[in-house]
Amino acid sequence: MGLDFSVLPDYFGILLMGAGWTVAITVCAGILSFFGGIVFAVIALYGHWTLRLPVRGFAFLFMGTPLLLQLFLIYFGLIQIGIDLPAFVAGVIGLGLHFAVYNSELIQASILAVDKGQYEGARTLGLSRGQTLRRIVIPQAVRAVIPPMGNNMIALLKDSALVSVIGVMELTLAAQQAISRTYRPFEFYLAAAVCYYIVNLALEAGLRRLERRIAASR
Amino acid sequence: MDTELILRVYPFFLQAAWVTVQLSVLTAILGLVCGALGAAARLSRLRLFRAIGATYVSVIRGTPALIQIFILYFGGPQIGIQLDSFAAGTIALGVNIGAYMTETIRGAIQSVDRGQTEAARTLGMSRWETMRKVVLPQAARMMIRPLGVNINALIKGTALVAPISVVELTYTAQRFIGSTYKPFEMFLLSGVLYMIIIYVVGQGINWLDRRARIA
Repeated sequence: MGLDFSVLPDYFGILLMGAGWTVAITVCAGILSFFGGIVFAVIALYGHWTLRLPVRGFAFLFMGTPLLLQLFLIYFGLIQIGIDLPAFVAGVIGLGLHFAVYNSELIQASILAVDKGQYEGARTLGLSRGQTLRRIVIPQAVRAVIPPMGNNMIALLKDSALVSVIGVMELTLAAQQAISRTYRPFEFYLAAAVCYYIVNLALEAGLRRLERRIAASR
Repeated sequence: MDTELILRVYPFFLQAAWVTVQLSVLTAILGLVCGALGAAARLSRLRLFRAIGATYVSVIRGTPALIQIFILYFGGPQIGIQLDSFAAGTIALGVNIGAYMTETIRGAIQSVDRGQTEAARTLGMSRWETMRKVVLPQAARMMIRPLGVNINALIKGTALVAPISVVELTYTAQRFIGSTYKPFEMFLLSGVLYMIIIYVVGQGINWLDRRARIA
């Protein structure tokens, strides 16, 4: 059959729109995984056992199973209990929860590594337990794990391709639609790979700048 | 929780788990080969090899594994590579995890103290002898644990061949969710099997790591 890249320009718009949605999913799921990671970490360390046990069990389940399986659970599970979410929202929730669990592991270790003197000092100054965590411990802990959390964000960008399987319109599904009309899988998947690679390079560059700024502000 | 349903369908999941194990083993072997070659290229004295190694790592790690699988399986026939879904999935996943293993192996080799190399070279060993007799034995011990992390990711990564219809655990779960409308039960059943596989492999790696530390 051979290769023919001349069909690509006609579908440039679709691929670009797909790339836009990929970025949107990554940003939304990234934000969810960041704050979700903090919440999970605090509950896993300090929560009442009625909260702590379910969160730990959930983390255990989500770290031991593939993301794709989790996406099926969330997408079809929500439909089963009567919540019919748009695929985009289900995809963001699935990706966000999956990476929140991984971020939470990083943040937990980092919270425990914050100098005990910081905690004691804040309590001595009259801050409550919650205030101490919120204003003193968590900001330091989160700042220390920005570089490894950045790696999770890069993994999230690439794993966002998986939500195409539950029908979220993004780069991979855009390529598939173009393929269903042209029967040229090699050309379009390669084009999609190039788009992912470019977004990935941009994200890496952004993360490096962020890391430098944090290092400089210490 | 529909236990009766679970008891009825679990044999299909056991069969699928066996496919996942086969995928994992073959992918791990291919990944280790690619990783060793990649690390050798990245540490080579020849700039061309270094460039090839760096490009391999950057391109594979910079694009989604799912797209790599699709390019090989759906795009392969256009360039004369016709593979069934199991073979295409295994090769794509192996090449993919190989890029991550390249960095693991390279990191372990580079973490061996430079003084070791210098001393061996001073004693008259050739570059290759130094690598084989002095550096690699020390590096091998340090790479067991991080390679274990790669293999853990790889086992979960085998789910990515479900979209090209390899009948492994995730594909089986997806089909049964579709036919029974019991997503939670199917998730739990396949999830438990994944965790058993990961647990057993993890214990094996711990055992290897302990043995390497004693030696």
